[in-house]
Amino acid sequence: MTNWFEDVAELTHKGQIKVPYTWSVGEVGSRFLVALRDQKRILGNRCGQCRTVFVPPRNRCGKCFGEIHEWIELGDEGIVTAHTIVRYNHPIQPTPTPFAYAIVKLDGADVGFIHIIKEDLGRLKNGVRVKARFSESRRGHILDIDSFTII
Amino acid sequence: MERIAIVGVGQTKYEARKRGEIFYDMVYEVTDKAMKDAGFTLGDIDNVITVSNDFWDGRTISCMAVQEVAGAHDKNVSTVEGDGSFGAFYGAMRVLGGFGTTLVVAHSKGSEGDSKVITNAMFDPIYHRPLGLDAISSSALQANVYMERSGVTEEEFAHVSVKNHANAKNNPYAQLPMELTVDDVMRSKRIADPLRLLDCSPVSDGAAAIIIANEERAGKALKPPIWIKGVAHCSDAYFLGDRDLGDPRSLRDASQRAYAMAGVSDPLHEIDIVELYDAFSYMEPLWLEGMGFCDAGQGGKMVERGITTVDGELPVNPSGGVLSAHPVLVAGLARIIEVTLQLRSEASARQIDGAKTGLAHGINGPCGQSHCVWILGKE
Repeated sequence: MTNWFEDVAELTHKGQIKVPYTWSVGEVGSRFLVALRDQKRILGNRCGQCRTVFVPPRNRCGKCFGEIHEWIELGDEGIVTAHTIVRYNHPIQPTPTPFAYAIVKLDGADVGFIHIIKEDLGRLKNGVRVKARFSESRRGHILDIDSFTII
Repeated sequence: MERIAIVGVGQTKYEARKRGEIFYDMVYEVTDKAMKDAGFTLGDIDNVITVSNDFWDGRTISCMAVQEVAGAHDKNVSTVEGDGSFGAFYGAMRVLGGFGTTLVVAHSKGSEGDSKVITNAMFDPIYHRPLGLDAISSSALQANVYMERSGVTEEEFAHVSVKNHANAKNNPYAQLPMELTVDDVMRSKRIADPLRLLDCSPVSDGAAAIIIANEERAGKALKPPIWIKGVAHCSDAYFLGDRDLGDPRSLRDASQRAYAMAGVSDPLHEIDIVELYDAFSYMEPLWLEGMGFCDAGQGGKMVERGITTVDGELPVNPSGGVLSAHPVLVAGLARIIEVTLQLRSEASARQIDGAKTGLAHGINGPCGQSHCVWILGKE
């Protein structure tokens, strides 16, 4: 390609797509988030066919297409099965770095639950037990769980 | 399967920022190159598949804006929003479905948007997006599980980066040819543990196109056809917590189906070259395991023992791989193009002598949720 910008000023055009969305959370999601907000409880649900306990809860089992009707109250503790300490900052992140992402196998669940760990990162490794710390002000949002803390 | 083949390829140089070319220019460049490579003119293209993504382009229905420079004027044109290897899969289906030729063209300019905002937006908006996950941090979780599971080490990951950036020195299309040592990689900035800067692919701009033809039309092309011997894709769960991130079972499934179609029973000995989607260094050994080139947990050893170097038993990413240029959506098509060039003996300084059968691979979704595996052959 020719370096045409040697002959004419090279222009760029700045823009941003900023679209407000109002996503429906759905029935099982609403029950899950309301339980976080009002009761500081973490709810999962169990597939009637393959018995997998999901968190966040689903209204249909993606593995076997079984119906899901049974609600399970999960523990607010679990075991870290994967983690990473994040070293770069970006406005999409909910907290300053360094912080960690962890996949937590909550007591009573069969699938992992992804959340963040803010403190005590020196002790973080797979297999440690962690406990959900709830936010003081809760609004029916995944960050009603502020973070998980290492026990 | 009816015999179908790749008869034309074209790609731009992959660069950090293509100042001179807009999407339109890039798509025209590679469409024209692929047609010339095949010895075809516009009238020889029966239908077109474009590959683009609205978030990366910053334009809704982004496919519509490049159709005319893709040679689709007055033609049947369809679109895949995903990696180019999946676009090519759709293109192959269309040839099998009755079109004589399909042109598949992919483009993206990572430099024009914000890769972290865009990859964050691939996650569920209720449960995962507010956590700030993106392609890098989610992949770091996968690398962590893989290391824990298999004992593969950060040094073994670093070997991948050293090898692929060195391979890129022989690829005029690559963005990041570099002479590195394992120490250089290990001393590079920590990004999200265990990933360091030199374990991560760059943000890239570029485009690529291929032409797929049925046997009759392949016979009219300028160059010897590279036959599609087998191709398959398979997908895993969307939520990362539902998956076993250390076990790429959807890749295993796609590979086995592609091998069965191609009549490959011993991939390590029957496949001469692999081009796989190494968006991060750890992906190369993990995907090699999923493809069945070694047992689970042995991918790191394969890399460290030099089996995957250009002089090794199984050269992997002689182009420099995705680590050396990562135009999102285009990268899987670039893998198919590199295998095609290798099987045509047109890969100049990076040519693997005697390559007859090759594997090209692309991924879609976080941490390789979905995999597409291609087995290409000279005969």
